[in-house]
Amino acid sequence: MRREPPQRLADYGPLVFPAGMLIVFFVIPFATMIAVSFFERQQGGFYQPAFVWENYARFISLFFGKVLGFSLVLAMAVAAACVAIGVPFTYLLSRSVRNVQILWLVALLSILSLSEVMIGFAWSTLLSRTAGITNLFAYLGLMAGPQALTPSFGAVMTAMTYQALPYTVLVLYPALVRLDPTLTEAARTLGASPIRAFFTVVVPALRNTIVATLIMVFIFALGSYLLPQLLGRPQHWTLSVLITDQAIYQSNMPFAAAMAVFLVLVSLALVGLAVYAGRRREAA
Amino acid sequence: MTTILSRLFFFAVALFMALPLIVMVGVSINEKQTLAFPPQGFSLSWYGEIFTDDGWRNALFASLTLAALSAALALLVALPLAWFLWRRVAPWANIFQLLGVAPFTLPPVITALGLLTFWATTGFYGQPWTAVVSHAIFFVTLPLVTLSLGFSAIDRSLVEAAATMGAGDRVIFRTVVLPLILPYLVSGYAFAFVLSLNEYIVAYMTVGFTMETLPIKIFNALRYGYTPTMASVTVLFLAIAALVFGLIARFGDLPKLLGAMADER
Repeated sequence: MRREPPQRLADYGPLVFPAGMLIVFFVIPFATMIAVSFFERQQGGFYQPAFVWENYARFISLFFGKVLGFSLVLAMAVAAACVAIGVPFTYLLSRSVRNVQILWLVALLSILSLSEVMIGFAWSTLLSRTAGITNLFAYLGLMAGPQALTPSFGAVMTAMTYQALPYTVLVLYPALVRLDPTLTEAARTLGASPIRAFFTVVVPALRNTIVATLIMVFIFALGSYLLPQLLGRPQHWTLSVLITDQAIYQSNMPFAAAMAVFLVLVSLALVGLAVYAGRRREAA
Repeated sequence: MTTILSRLFFFAVALFMALPLIVMVGVSINEKQTLAFPPQGFSLSWYGEIFTDDGWRNALFASLTLAALSAALALLVALPLAWFLWRRVAPWANIFQLLGVAPFTLPPVITALGLLTFWATTGFYGQPWTAVVSHAIFFVTLPLVTLSLGFSAIDRSLVEAAATMGAGDRVIFRTVVLPLILPYLVSGYAFAFVLSLNEYIVAYMTVGFTMETLPIKIFNALRYGYTPTMASVTVLFLAIAALVFGLIARFGDLPKLLGAMADER
């Protein structure tokens, strides 16, 4: 049976339920959120319909600027770290035996699906004084005694890299599997060392994939909301944490909604910018 | 030399990925109620606690119910959509494919907040079923992607043969299409199930004050003091995920599925 355009009205039947669900429970909530971002907040955590820019005007403050700047820098640092580890790792993985690959993919998927709460709990235990890794260091004589490594920026950064690394590898994996192995073979035949071949052949061939992955991981890291809360100090809070905090604990929905709309715009703008940069580099 | 280097690199990554999990396993078998590592004594009672303690058992039950129902609903949304896109030439219908993938691509807090404002505005905020709908929409991407791959893998001449012999859309779907896409149906459900089981922010923002799923329960417990049960739940969830993905890898083509998902983003 060939694909054909819908002819009768009944042909659209199967589309009714999925389209209805997506419109009612995704498009309308999204629109509601945008609407609420212009609403006015009332005493006691309620809000009323209005059209004010007040919630957006609150962005122009030193505090908000700091949070936004920190969120972006943190997400960039995590993305850079993940790609730096992920690209060579995935390259080597895609060159291993199929069973080894499958084993790693199952393990990485399992860790990726693990709740952020659990990852946060696991790292806060690993970095704690009583049950942490410093006990091992102290035992080996590398440290005078066990000490707590949280809350700190390093803890947030490490746990977020841990959370995003499986994601990075899984995004990179299909592209690296498809990479033509004769490319590196040619480089090797011409006398390049494997490491040299990796940097002069594999990395340039994957430039666009790497840029795309950087963006994907960046957005993924922007979405992290529990790890900065569980492992960092208040100055390590990201925009995601602030949105949750305003919505749930400060009961300021209009401000939370405004920040969420802003986060969407920032994400989309960065994607656009990076796609543009990737294209230009390709053309050059 | 290079092989040694790459082995070392693999080992380092494996160690990094495994360390927190090793500590979790260690903590979960402590004999007393302390988070000691290496563990002091050996006891599996913290695993028993998940099923004997009312709070933990209810949370586990809530999580499993939510995951089972929301994954089923996600499948009900994804299947007709994927079928329509495969059967019909209607480029504008791709917008719904895009809508299905969007919640999964944006930072989760955005979908969560959108649903929170929506449920609050419509007056259903806090009802348990709102979490089912919310998760179904949030995770519809997964069955949508696996099913699109499943449909694209169908040999059209098989369908053509059935049509020539006079079978209508319904009969063809039941006798030819459904058996062929069944593995993709199952893996789409499994992906959505496991991720729903572990999801925190959407569940928290929609039903956080009326219902306790396991991730919510762990987060709440973090504030009142740590117990080894939190570690045993983590190990249990990791085992469930590993089992499900292991089965998908055993009976399906995991690398191919992942390839389809990466293309979608």
